[in-house]
Amino acid sequence: MGETVLKTQGLKAFYGDFQALFGINFEINEGETVAIIGSNGAGKSTFLRAITGMLKTPGQDISFLGKSVGDARAHALVKMGMAMVPEGRKLFPSLTVEENLLIGAYGRSGSDWTLDSVYDLFPILSERRHHGGTDLSGGQQQMVAIGRALMSNPKLLLCDEISLGLAPIVIKDIYEAVPKIKAHGATIVVVEQDVNQAMAVADRVYCFQEGHVSLSGRPAELTRDQISAAYFGLDEEIA
Amino acid sequence: MDWINAIVQGVLLGGLYALFAAGLSLMFGVMRFVNIAHGDFIVMGAYGALVAVGLTGLHPLWTLILVVPGMAVLGYVGQRVLLNRTLGDDILPPLLVTFGFSVIIQNVLLEVFSADSQKLQAGWLETASILLGGGLSIGVMPLLIFVSALVLIGGLQAFFYRSSLGRVLRATSDDQDTVRLMGADNKIIFAYATAIASAVVGIAGVYLAMRTNFDPSVGPARLLFAFEAVIIGGLGNLWGTLAGGVILGVAQAIGAQIDPGFQILAGHVAFLAVLVVKPQGLFPKMTG
Repeated sequence: MGETVLKTQGLKAFYGDFQALFGINFEINEGETVAIIGSNGAGKSTFLRAITGMLKTPGQDISFLGKSVGDARAHALVKMGMAMVPEGRKLFPSLTVEENLLIGAYGRSGSDWTLDSVYDLFPILSERRHHGGTDLSGGQQQMVAIGRALMSNPKLLLCDEISLGLAPIVIKDIYEAVPKIKAHGATIVVVEQDVNQAMAVADRVYCFQEGHVSLSGRPAELTRDQISAAYFGLDEEIA
Repeated sequence: MDWINAIVQGVLLGGLYALFAAGLSLMFGVMRFVNIAHGDFIVMGAYGALVAVGLTGLHPLWTLILVVPGMAVLGYVGQRVLLNRTLGDDILPPLLVTFGFSVIIQNVLLEVFSADSQKLQAGWLETASILLGGGLSIGVMPLLIFVSALVLIGGLQAFFYRSSLGRVLRATSDDQDTVRLMGADNKIIFAYATAIASAVVGIAGVYLAMRTNFDPSVGPARLLFAFEAVIIGGLGNLWGTLAGGVILGVAQAIGAQIDPGFQILAGHVAFLAVLVVKPQGLFPKMTG
């Protein structure tokens, strides 16, 4: 594995007085695909918001490509090579599919991905390029959201719940793109509620529970029982 | 024939109202920001033209070259330094701050320029007219203002739909938060939006100064016309804003034709009628 792309140590995050993350230690290396699993409210999305700069984390220990970025703002991180596919896709409804993709290139940090290579990855988008971004089916919208993130040429791609609310066959289509995206050299973090999907795609897995990392490791080394305990917090309930 | 004349003059007056309204529409569209001092900024532009004419002796039209960039820079700096700090989840701070601006601008203008009514002399432009036959004629200046409004709105529309910055501004209008994930610093995007809106305000100010009398207290009434034009046309649609300005102008002209005292009231009545029939405005922003 290559160099460390992103590393957090003891990351805490707050919404006002409410503390959502309690000291997260996380690390991902170049070329890796890491999945973050956990139930609703475990802090997965908060973690992504914190590392992308959407949630302020002043003075905290986050390093991205060797630089300390705890104080960096979201747009600056995009220019450094971080891109996010946000939960719920968050396409721009008054822009067409193609415009949604082009806007992803606003803060691009390289020149690898182009409209053509995104259309190669998701051919259906080429046919729908002039449709409104939100006129498409859920799966196609998710493709636009992924393509939009790729247009910035990310070194680190963060995918928040990309399978949420989609039919299994559509999820399969979308996850088929992951190896192709990896071939372009991106390092990927996927946040998933679907444990099987996460295990299938990831090199390593972190399980979050109530703002803590409750388990981490390689999928092959983790047992079902370990995962359900880490996912649902069964130990505590029994005790 | 008097009625046709009234309608034609009303349409042309609508061009001026559309110019008043375009800046307001733009700032609201991109930032969800309502500028209560908008009318006073227009009056400030008018006084800017007055000073420029006083200093250079140029024809008032030439002052556009000075006033428009001047207002744009002022808008950019004002947004970066002050207004960005007022934006957030709460819609009240921008309203209060710009309301304060309105009071301050009126009083500063009063101190510096006194309450005397002013007007820029545009020479032959004021009296020149084009005969259309049948006793109908249109003034060159109102026509110039109307054509300017058409060109300006067409230009803004092209900018928003064809340029990369325009695309980002539209995306910001959709979702201010997500646009940050696209690598856009929304504080700078907002400053660009205000700069563009302020440039439009500068144009409106110069034409206001050439077309009518003005004094430091006329801003709020311009704000009202601008608001009405924006709401009639539908929020976030620039061509709608032009249509709103024209409807307002025609209503006022028809009112004045019935009785000169009805002019302003007729505009307000037309505005209320639209609000009752189509609360979203006639041409609301289309999505998708």
